[in-house]
Amino acid sequence: MRYSLLAAVLIGAATLGGCTEGVLDPQGPIAVAERQILFNSLGIMLAIVIPTILATLAVAFWFRASNLRASYLPDFEYSGRLELLVWSIPAMTVLLVGGVAWVGSHDLDPHKPISSSATPVTVQVVSLDWKWLFIYPEQGIASVNHLTVPVGTPISFELTSSTVMNSFFVPQLAGQIYTMSGMVTRLQLQADHAGTYPGFSAMFSGDGFADMRFAVDAVSSDKFAQWVSQAREAGPVLDTQSYKDLTKPSQAVAPFTYRAVAADLFSGVVNTASAMDDPSQLICSISSQRAER
Amino acid sequence: MNLLGKLDWSAIPLNQPIVMGATAFMVLIVVAILGFITMKGAWLYLWREWLTSVDHKRIGVMYCVLALVMLLRGFSDAIMMRAQQAVAAGGAQGYLPPEHFDQIFSAHGTIMIFFMAMPFVVGVMNFAVPLQLGVRDVAFPTLNSVSFWLTASGALLINVSLAVGEFSKAGWWGYPPLSELQFSPGVGVDYYLWSLQISGLGTLLAGINFVTTILKLRAPGMSYMRMPVFCWTALATNLLIVAAFPVLTAVLAMLLLDRYLGFHFFTNDAGGNQMLYANLFWVWGHPEVYILVLPAFGIFSEVIATFSGKPLFGYRSMVAATMTICILSFLVWLHHFFTMGASANVNGFFGVMSMIIALPTGVKIFNWLFTMYGGRVRFSVPVLWSIGFMVTFVIGGMTGVLQAVPPADFQLHNSVFLIAHFHNVIIGGVVFGLMAGYNYWFPKAFGFALDERWGKAAFWCWFVGFYLAFMPLYLLGLMGMTRRMQHYADLSWQPWLLVAMAGTVIILGGIACQIIQLVVSIRARDKLRVTADPWNGRTLEWATTSPPPAWNFAVQPRVSGRDALWSSKQRALATKEEAPPARVYEPIEMPKNSATGFVTAFFAVVIGFAMIWHIWWMAGLGVFGAFVTLLAFAFRRRSEIEVPAEQIARFDRAHQAGAAA
Repeated sequence: MRYSLLAAVLIGAATLGGCTEGVLDPQGPIAVAERQILFNSLGIMLAIVIPTILATLAVAFWFRASNLRASYLPDFEYSGRLELLVWSIPAMTVLLVGGVAWVGSHDLDPHKPISSSATPVTVQVVSLDWKWLFIYPEQGIASVNHLTVPVGTPISFELTSSTVMNSFFVPQLAGQIYTMSGMVTRLQLQADHAGTYPGFSAMFSGDGFADMRFAVDAVSSDKFAQWVSQAREAGPVLDTQSYKDLTKPSQAVAPFTYRAVAADLFSGVVNTASAMDDPSQLICSISSQRAER
Repeated sequence: MNLLGKLDWSAIPLNQPIVMGATAFMVLIVVAILGFITMKGAWLYLWREWLTSVDHKRIGVMYCVLALVMLLRGFSDAIMMRAQQAVAAGGAQGYLPPEHFDQIFSAHGTIMIFFMAMPFVVGVMNFAVPLQLGVRDVAFPTLNSVSFWLTASGALLINVSLAVGEFSKAGWWGYPPLSELQFSPGVGVDYYLWSLQISGLGTLLAGINFVTTILKLRAPGMSYMRMPVFCWTALATNLLIVAAFPVLTAVLAMLLLDRYLGFHFFTNDAGGNQMLYANLFWVWGHPEVYILVLPAFGIFSEVIATFSGKPLFGYRSMVAATMTICILSFLVWLHHFFTMGASANVNGFFGVMSMIIALPTGVKIFNWLFTMYGGRVRFSVPVLWSIGFMVTFVIGGMTGVLQAVPPADFQLHNSVFLIAHFHNVIIGGVVFGLMAGYNYWFPKAFGFALDERWGKAAFWCWFVGFYLAFMPLYLLGLMGMTRRMQHYADLSWQPWLLVAMAGTVIILGGIACQIIQLVVSIRARDKLRVTADPWNGRTLEWATTSPPPAWNFAVQPRVSGRDALWSSKQRALATKEEAPPARVYEPIEMPKNSATGFVTAFFAVVIGFAMIWHIWWMAGLGVFGAFVTLLAFAFRRRSEIEVPAEQIARFDRAHQAGAAA
């Protein structure tokens, strides 16, 4: 009851300013669970925080120096019972919220696959200066700054960065995860309803950061298959050379697709970063590219 | 080969009107101040009484002045960012291009943490801790001066970056690989690194100084369990400084090695590991939060007890809570990057630890509440700040614990919800505390009180302004707005950002009220004169004159209980008939003024500037100069002067006569 009231207040406040596109309007199981945890924790804590604020104001007001009806206890500095209370109230709150945190971190561990009867779709994500590359290894296609996923199907992400740290984030579908060069992080999400949801980088990554946005189109599996076959028919091929072109810094890149992707391109990106043949050359080329801008 | 390294005329951004305007404004103010000092012929006075002073009270005041000046600088960055985000919606780009906006948010964070909050906290501790302990100075007075001047050097370098070159564009944490040479080839990150290295050294030295002072120099009879709570929080803070700042120095040194000598600690290639930086940085960074907020907790404890006319409720609980926070603060750092892909066990552990640290903090809130219970609360300016803090801080604490739940943090991390949270605890906790302390101890430092009406106006502006500026950010964070955006597409965010802008303007009004308060109080100082004990205080700093003499106490105080002054006042009331025993004065050894701090800092600036611009010969010169200064100090003939007993007796009698009249 309390939670639904709280949710109503928060969502109401958010919708006052127009549509909400964040965690308050989740569109998939992971985001729904995350919102639930948010509300549960907030509810537990508000149960102690609101009374504390009111008590502070009331005590300060009642014991104001000018109030002659208030008793003056100049030596009241210790009470064993109150001390017990003072330590146990926050302790109980911490116990409850701590439980939520521990169970929640395991339930919503971004490594953990979503259980579903549908076969998951794998997407490999590379953050670049300053755009997103999405590779669909099973479909053999790739897209830039635009992610299309089938509705009701778990999507399993493998993420890395070709450049600085970024954070892959689609608030309405799942929490974020960092992308880091030479390393692979993982994330699972699923969209329950068709629609277009905003995604972006949540980790500052330089001058073009504000435009590192992409739209996520959640479509029915038929439409997804249709989109895949369309993508296979047009667009350039993503191989080592065109990938190298893509890594050049650019901002606010319009979405486009690659009709084919060289095998193992993703693991190549991860491994080149961690074991460069001639690192000094790459440093020179990238830093000069940055400097030119 | 260029004799000036990378430095040439192109370093001065003549083509950027906003930067040049700000620079011109800064230069104008500096010239005006220097001119004013020259006009008043005050240079010699300034040099003898302040710049070379090793008196902990003067150094404390100088720390606070530095902090207030840097507050203005940091706040101008803040209002520029708010203005940018208020207009750069939809297709609009606002008035700040990314390369400028990025420098502003990096400078804002760096300045507010390292050059506003830190000096303010250290300054207040400098002023109040030795007085509360009933001692004449800190353990190492000259080192104290060196600490201050090193901090000031760092602040100077950061401000130089405005006019010469650029500042870092990698945020105030300077995460690699963005802060590596590969992605930040300019001098901005070097300005960041060297100013933090220099001021960090100063802070570490101050920490060592205070730990020693509190552990080794206390008035006779002041056992640990009789120390004022502010001294306890100061002890905890300085222990944290001693343990945490070397980590910051080490991690920044590693980044310097990467940038200057081609090392690969954190680079993308050759086995570098960027996660190592994040870990080490926050191993310092989370204790840093408590380094700032613990002394603020101490100030609230003093203020609430004093103005309630009651001892602090649950003293032992308070001490236990403080020391628990001190230890636990080292076990929570990973909550700054739950989103880096650690396992569920690791995230869960650090999430639960982060909540456990909220437990002692909650205890403190209740103890303050029970301190007011049964009291006679006088609503003067320090109390307003304290109650404003209690109400605001529990909200900030709650949103903090919320983000300690890893799945919630996956959604809130790096959003403006986070920005709202840490401003909620740093403004609502640290700044409110420092403002309470400023109003509370100002009469002790200068002998006259601050104007109450302007003080209250300042509080209400800050309080209302804070809520207007940051509550919308909580909501925007939930709506999916991430931090550090130079522009954004979603027009529905704009109304909330306009509200936040309005809040910032109201805070500006609060700052204006504080400047007016200071000016009005200085002009009316004769009317606002106070005695030794204007607030009916409880601790030893109120036992000596306002302002205290250089030797603090004419006669060494002897402590026979907690709240030393209060208990002696109670005893005096009980034994009213008997005349107090005659005071016996003895000569006092006082540390001699020393230019070591100022000169060392001069060379530190030379070293820092030279390293930033790769002017190797000048860096060598700076190191040589600093070393010679050290030698000169080490081989000094006299480090102390004796104040004769008659002089002390004369001062003390005059003061007591004044108090009687």
